[in-house]
Amino acid sequence: MQYDLVISRLVKEFGTFRAVDDVSFEVPKGSFFSILGPSGCGKTTLLRMIAGFEEQTSGRIEISGQDMRGVTPNRRPVNLVFQHLALFPMMNVAENIAFGLRRRKVPAAEIRRRTEEMLERVGLPGYGAKRIHQLSGGQKQRVAIARCLVLDPKLLLLDEPLGALDLKLREQMKVELKKLQAKVGTTFIYITHDQSEALVMSDTVAVMNRGRFEQVGSPQELYMDPQTPFVAGFVGDNNRWEGTVEEVEGETVLIRTDEALVFRARRKADAHKGPATLFLRPEAMVIDPVGTDGLNTFPAVVKAILFDGANSRLLTVTPSGHELLAALPQNRAFDHIRPGAEITLGWHPHSGIVFARREERP
Amino acid sequence: MNRSGLFWLFLTPVLLWLFLLIVLPHVDLFILSFRTDEGWSLENYANFFTEPIYWLTFVRTAVYSIITTLLTLVVSLPVAFYITKLSRPRVRGFLMILLLLPFWVSELVRVYGWMILLRESGVLNYLFLQLGLLERPVEMLYNDATMIMGLVYTSMLFMVVPLVSVMESLDDSLVEAAYDLGASKICIWRTIIIPHCKPGITSGAIVVFMLVLGNYLTPNLMGGKNSLWFTEQIYNQFIASFNWNQGAAFGFLLLALSSCIVWVGLKLTGQKLGEVAS
Amino acid sequence: MIRSLPRSKAYDWSFRCFILLYFAFLFAPLLVTCVLAFNDSNFPSLPWQGFTLDWFLASGPDRIGLFHDDQNLRAIVTSFKTALCVSILSTVVGTCASFLFEKEEFRFKGVLYFLMLAPLVIPGVILGISQLLAANTAGAFFDETFGIDIEVFRPSFWLVVLGQFSFITTFVTLVVSARLRKFDHSLEEAALNLGATPLGVIWHITLKFLRPAIVGAGAVAFLMSFENFNTTLFLVGSEPTLPINLYLQVRDGSTPVINAVSLMLIVGTSLLALVNVYFTKKAD
Repeated sequence: MQYDLVISRLVKEFGTFRAVDDVSFEVPKGSFFSILGPSGCGKTTLLRMIAGFEEQTSGRIEISGQDMRGVTPNRRPVNLVFQHLALFPMMNVAENIAFGLRRRKVPAAEIRRRTEEMLERVGLPGYGAKRIHQLSGGQKQRVAIARCLVLDPKLLLLDEPLGALDLKLREQMKVELKKLQAKVGTTFIYITHDQSEALVMSDTVAVMNRGRFEQVGSPQELYMDPQTPFVAGFVGDNNRWEGTVEEVEGETVLIRTDEALVFRARRKADAHKGPATLFLRPEAMVIDPVGTDGLNTFPAVVKAILFDGANSRLLTVTPSGHELLAALPQNRAFDHIRPGAEITLGWHPHSGIVFARREERP
Repeated sequence: MNRSGLFWLFLTPVLLWLFLLIVLPHVDLFILSFRTDEGWSLENYANFFTEPIYWLTFVRTAVYSIITTLLTLVVSLPVAFYITKLSRPRVRGFLMILLLLPFWVSELVRVYGWMILLRESGVLNYLFLQLGLLERPVEMLYNDATMIMGLVYTSMLFMVVPLVSVMESLDDSLVEAAYDLGASKICIWRTIIIPHCKPGITSGAIVVFMLVLGNYLTPNLMGGKNSLWFTEQIYNQFIASFNWNQGAAFGFLLLALSSCIVWVGLKLTGQKLGEVAS
Repeated sequence: MIRSLPRSKAYDWSFRCFILLYFAFLFAPLLVTCVLAFNDSNFPSLPWQGFTLDWFLASGPDRIGLFHDDQNLRAIVTSFKTALCVSILSTVVGTCASFLFEKEEFRFKGVLYFLMLAPLVIPGVILGISQLLAANTAGAFFDETFGIDIEVFRPSFWLVVLGQFSFITTFVTLVVSARLRKFDHSLEEAALNLGATPLGVIWHITLKFLRPAIVGAGAVAFLMSFENFNTTLFLVGSEPTLPINLYLQVRDGSTPVINAVSLMLIVGTSLLALVNVYFTKKAD
C-alpha cells in the first residue's frame, strides 16, 4: 500500500509539557483519516506540525516519502483548512481560490480556468466575484476547501472546520465532505473533538488522548471493539461499572461490581483478577427479557424516559443508586413503561467488556 | 527571506530611529547641560536656582499648566457627555467631525484668529464699541487670563477625544440602573460616570499637560511681556543669547519636570504609559 | 440624565446653550480669520470696507496678494516638500515598528517599546533643541576627525525632516499597531500554507489589511509635519516652513495676507481631514 503520510515517533514538547508524545502512524493514499480527541489532547499541535507551523522536538514526518524536517510551510505539499477558515476578507472568492496558483506563477488564463473549474466542483459556479462576507457559513466552508484543493495537495488537513456551523448545517456538511473526498480522491486528514463527525466521514479514525494515540482503527472497530477504557468511554455512549474480577475463563471473566452484582463479560487482553472496569453500551441492554438463559440480568427502577425519536433511552437506577442508560426501542412494545416502574434489564456477556482498572495518569 | 531576515528588516530602521534620533540627542542634551566654555561644571544649574527670573518662570509654567489642564477637563466633560449621551445618534457623527475640524488647522492660525478677535483694534472691541458696551477700546490680549484661555482652546481636543471614546463605552443601562435605584444626578456622576471615565481623564490630562507645558506659540503670542513661559526662556538661551549649554540645562529641567508629573499622574491612577498611549 | 431617562426642560436647554456657546468659541477665531481675508482694508480688522480678492490676487505695488507673495509661496512649497518626506519616511519606519512590536518577541522589547513611546512625553521644544545639539556635536565631530563639512548637520531642510520624523513616527506606529492588533493571525498562516513566501505574505495579506490605517496615518503624518512649529523652530535653516514664516509675520505685525494664507490652510486641512474621516469610516 502507498502511504501519503508516514509519521514515526513524533514528539513535541513545550517546556516540560509534552503536547505530542511518541506518536507513529501511516495514512494510506486517498483515504479519509480522522484524529479524534478531547480539546487539549495535542491533535491541533500534531496537525500544525504536519503543516509546518510547529517544528517537532523529535521524530519524523514523511509526506509522499519525503522527510519534511526543515521544509517551511509554504514549500510543503499539504494544505490546511483552518478552524475559522481564514478566508482573506480583502479579496473576493475567485481571488481567494487563485491565491495559491498566483504564488506558483501559473499563467493567468490557466488560473482563471482552474478557479472556475474548482468553483463548479464545490457547487458554487458563478460565485467568483462575490465578497467573502456575502457568503453563508456553508459556502465559506466550501470556498476554504476549494482554495486548498485547487493546488492539488498531497494531503488536505482540516482543523475542525465544521465547529462554527449550526447543527443542521453541520450534519449536511458531513455528508458533503465525505462525498467530495470520494470524488476528488485527495487524502484528507481531519481533526475533531466531535465523535460523530469522525465516525460518519472517516475510513480510519485515530483516538488521541494526552498526546498519545489510544487506538487507530475503522469507525466500526472503535465502536465495537475499543482497546482502552478511554476509547470505550469517549467513542459513543457507554455505561460504566467499577468492580473486581473474580475469575478468568479464557475470553470471559466473572466480575463482581462494587454494588455486588455478578456478571459474565468479555475480557480485554490486560484484564486479570483484581480491580476492573466494565463497559456496556445502552443498546446492548434488553428491557424485561423473555428468556434469561445465558444473559446477565439485574433489577432496576425507571427514573425518567428520555424520548429522542430513534435514539430514545431509559434512565434507570439500580437498587444501590447507580444510574444507567438503556436503549428504548420505539416499536411500541414498551409504551406501558412509566417513570417509577420496576423492570429487569438483561444483556449478553459478549456485549460487556472488562478492562483492568488502571490508575488514571496525572 | 526567512523569519529572522524579516525580524532584522523591521528592527534595523526602528533601532536607527530610536537610537540616533531619540536616545543620542537626549544624552547629548544631558551631557552638554553640564558643560560651559571652560569645561565641566554645575554652573548652568546653579544659574537656574540663583536667578529668580529663571526658577520663577519655571514654577509659574508648571502651575499654569496644571490650572489649564483642570480647566480643560471642566470644559470638556459636559461636551463629551452631551455628544455621547444626550445628542441624537444621527447628529452625533456630525458633531464629532465638527468638533475635530478646528484642531486639524494649524495652531498658529487658531492663535492668530484669537489675536485679531481680541486685540485693541480687534473685532470684539469693534463690536462692543458699536453696541455701546464699551466707551473706549480695551486691550484684551497680552494677559494671563487670555493666555490660559488660548492654551485651553489649543489643547481641548486632546481631552475631548479620549473622554468621548471612554464615555461611549459606558453602558447606558448602568446609568439607568443607578437612576432606577434612586440615585441623584450628582450621585450618578460621582459613583458611575466619573469612575468609569477615569482612564480617559488620565490620558487626556497627561497629553494636555504635556502639550501646554511644551507650548511656545500661545504664551509667546497671547501672553503679556512679563508672563514669560519656560519654553521662551529656552528659546532665548538658544537663539538670543546663544548660550546653548545654559539652554540645554533648561531643556533638561523641563524634560525632568514633565516626565515627573506624567509619572506621578500615572502612579496616582495606576495606569501604564502604553495603555494611555493607545 | 441621559437620553433614555426623563429630563427637565431646563436641563435640556442649559445643556444645549452650553454646547452652542462651545461651538461658537471653537469656530469664532477661524471664521473671523476667513472673513477678514476678503475685507477691503489694509488691516485684518473691522469695520467691513467691502469685498475684495486683493489679498489673494493683487500684484502690487500697494498690495501684494498671496499668489504674488514669493516668500509665502516659497514657504508653502518648503512645507509641502518637508511634509511629503516626513510622511513617507515615518509611514515606512512606523509600519516596520508596529510589525516589530506586535509580531516579534525579542529581548529588550520592553525597553525599545518604552523608547518608542518616549516622544509622546518629550515636549516638542526639547526634541528640537536636543536634535539641534546632537546634530551640531556630530557636525563638529566629523569636521574635526575627518575634516569634512556635512550640510545635514546644520539647521537645514533635512534636519527639519529628521526632527519631525523622530516624533511623528511614534504616532504612525500607534495607529498602525492598533489595526495590526485586530489582524487575524491565521490569515498569514493560511497564505503561507497556500505557498506564499514570508515576504509575500506581508505584501499580499498583511499590508493589504493594514492599508487603510497606513494611508490614514500617512495623511495625519503629513498634516502634523505641515503644521509643526515647536520642533521646527530650532532646526529650520534658510528655508522656513509655512508655520515658521507665518509666525515671523504675525510677530512683526499683521496684514490680511496672513488671513489669506490661513484661509487656504483651513480649507486645505479641512478637505484632507474630511477625506481621512471618509476613508477611516470606509475601512470600518
